[in-house]
Amino acid sequence: MAPVLQSSQPWVEKYRPKQVKDVAHQDEVVRVLTNTLETANCPHMLFYGPPGTGKTTTALAIAHQLFGPELYKSRVLELNASDDRGINVVRTKIKDFAAVAVGSGQRQGGYPCPPFKIIILDEADSMTEDAQNALRRTMETYSKVTRFFFICNYISRIIEPLASRCAKFRFKPLSEEIMSSRILHICDQEGLNLDSEALSTLSSISQGDLRRAITYLQGAARLFGSSICSKDLISVSGVIPQEVVDALYAACKSGNFDLANKEVNTVIAEGYPVSQMLSQLFDVVVEADDIPDEQKARICKCLAEADKRLVDGADEYLQLLDVASNSMRALCNMPQEFSFES
Amino acid sequence: MLWVDKYRPKTLDQAMVHQDIALNLKKLVAEQDCPHLLFYGPSGSGKKTLIMALLRQIFGPSAEKVKVENRNWKIDAGNRTIDLELTTLSSTNHVELSPSDVGFQDRYIVQEIIKEMAKNRPIDTKGKKGYKVLVLNEVDKLSREAQHSLRRTMEKYSASCRLILCCNSSSKVTEAIRSRCLNIRINAPSEEQIIKVLEFIGKKEGLQLPSGFAARIAEKSNRSLRRAILSFETCRVQQYPFTSKQAIPPMDWEEYISEIATDIMKEQSPKRLFQVRGKVYELLVNCIPPEIVLKRLLHELLKKLDAELKHEVCHWAAYYEHRMRLGQKAIFHIEAFVAKFMSIYKAFLIATFG
Repeated sequence: MAPVLQSSQPWVEKYRPKQVKDVAHQDEVVRVLTNTLETANCPHMLFYGPPGTGKTTTALAIAHQLFGPELYKSRVLELNASDDRGINVVRTKIKDFAAVAVGSGQRQGGYPCPPFKIIILDEADSMTEDAQNALRRTMETYSKVTRFFFICNYISRIIEPLASRCAKFRFKPLSEEIMSSRILHICDQEGLNLDSEALSTLSSISQGDLRRAITYLQGAARLFGSSICSKDLISVSGVIPQEVVDALYAACKSGNFDLANKEVNTVIAEGYPVSQMLSQLFDVVVEADDIPDEQKARICKCLAEADKRLVDGADEYLQLLDVASNSMRALCNMPQEFSFES
Repeated sequence: MLWVDKYRPKTLDQAMVHQDIALNLKKLVAEQDCPHLLFYGPSGSGKKTLIMALLRQIFGPSAEKVKVENRNWKIDAGNRTIDLELTTLSSTNHVELSPSDVGFQDRYIVQEIIKEMAKNRPIDTKGKKGYKVLVLNEVDKLSREAQHSLRRTMEKYSASCRLILCCNSSSKVTEAIRSRCLNIRINAPSEEQIIKVLEFIGKKEGLQLPSGFAARIAEKSNRSLRRAILSFETCRVQQYPFTSKQAIPPMDWEEYISEIATDIMKEQSPKRLFQVRGKVYELLVNCIPPEIVLKRLLHELLKKLDAELKHEVCHWAAYYEHRMRLGQKAIFHIEAFVAKFMSIYKAFLIATFG
């Protein structure tokens, strides 16, 4: 293997907190886990919350802090969604790993080294229900020597019997100040120049997802060098400039079909992703003060419809045109039903 | 040689449109490393040109010596072997292919070829780049499974292999892949830029361009540079010296669709529907993609309709295009759209004129 070049390492990995206490903004979790470190005992755990809030980081950090680098390999099993995780894996790999007995708890080299192993199941909500069911008994049988950490975005996709066996922790989306402070820290380390406008843009386009913010930052740094302004960040993130969205919205409001058609054509020709357009249009519509709720509801309905069709692979131009026409009819109080449909 | 190929910029410095992007790309590969890249934008905007120029920038002139190969893969998938055949374009440093050509078995191709590339790594890393580049076309047409398997492979073999992905719409590429790449949006060139390029070609070829001629071609080209250059060359073949009134020949299939639209507007009856079906079949057997037919038909119809009908018609176009994507035979859905349009239009005529 070639030596990994320093620049090729994603910053997300480079600046991943190594210790539980460094995890930002999740005080409750940090408190419980620091306690765990002292007593060297912990329950099964379930971490849930939106992406980029530090779930995986926390799980990895606690595992490292409990076992240290030497024992880590033998005591921790990490599985995420890209590994095969069907029912067979649960029955064989996980069970085999869980069944192995471990030595009694003796502190080694300053690490607590409690007498159990940890299995981290990342993105557990993408496991099939059958696989989750197969885990139930395994969890209980080997609870003496094994702890499970489940990590997921949606707790509703974890079956109730599993969830009830775990201590649940919710990870909150990061607030803007904390995000800014982390980002400024990285900028300092990497020698980047970020003005305050760019900083607030970055916080708003990443929507509380720190990983996304860091990825954008690295992309922008690679493409545009060390001084980054907010326009660069927008072009890297794939977010559509607000003027474009506003222009389309204004065209819908004007009630002129040809104008809207022209705007739609421009959006397509500029190559903006339509799914992104829909979500930004959604933000505009929901936040608009000057239109009644009923119109908002009608527009949201057609946005939802178009989104589903796009996922099915429908043509972007036609769907966006349909959305534009539907919103126009809603905004201009044209009747919802078509008049000539038989 | 066609002008399109003759005047394709070979290096990033020569780019006439997207100069800023070319400049950034150059900066990007000037440092030792380059991330995975995802190019997206409408067709004819210059994605492929930029990618080829970028490869040249990375590997030098050897990137241009490509050979076309028809390769066979035998893939062991559990209890059976799958035979796959695919055309690849490769040089010593890069491989280019469109995995979506093999349909639903695309994911085997993706995994297999990347593994293969990772195995035969260039040994001489001194002075050269220690990685190969895999260019994948039309990633938006890849199946879900292929995209999922791609994301693991991307990380696993990132030491020896860089991916350059190219697609029309990035909304059909999963978030997981998009977040692993540096996304580069290539917008369609504006009409002014197209005019500039056409004038440049005209000068190089030693042609006299009447004023406004290039502008008219650019206007007809729908912001696709490739199409503009092609029709420019067609005009040159048809008649030279150019006259300022010279007609720019439209695409024959577009002509044909506009004929269909006129037919539909004239008469709405089962008999006419039957005739139209024949014409649509004609288009489909000539390999015009069905969604293009539908889009163009809508475009032609919208030109002729009253404002109040437009909403209705475009709604149904979107509806039937979606159904077409889910279904198997495109002709049913195009015909359904035509029938729907006829019924709406007839109802409209009756309501207006009695």
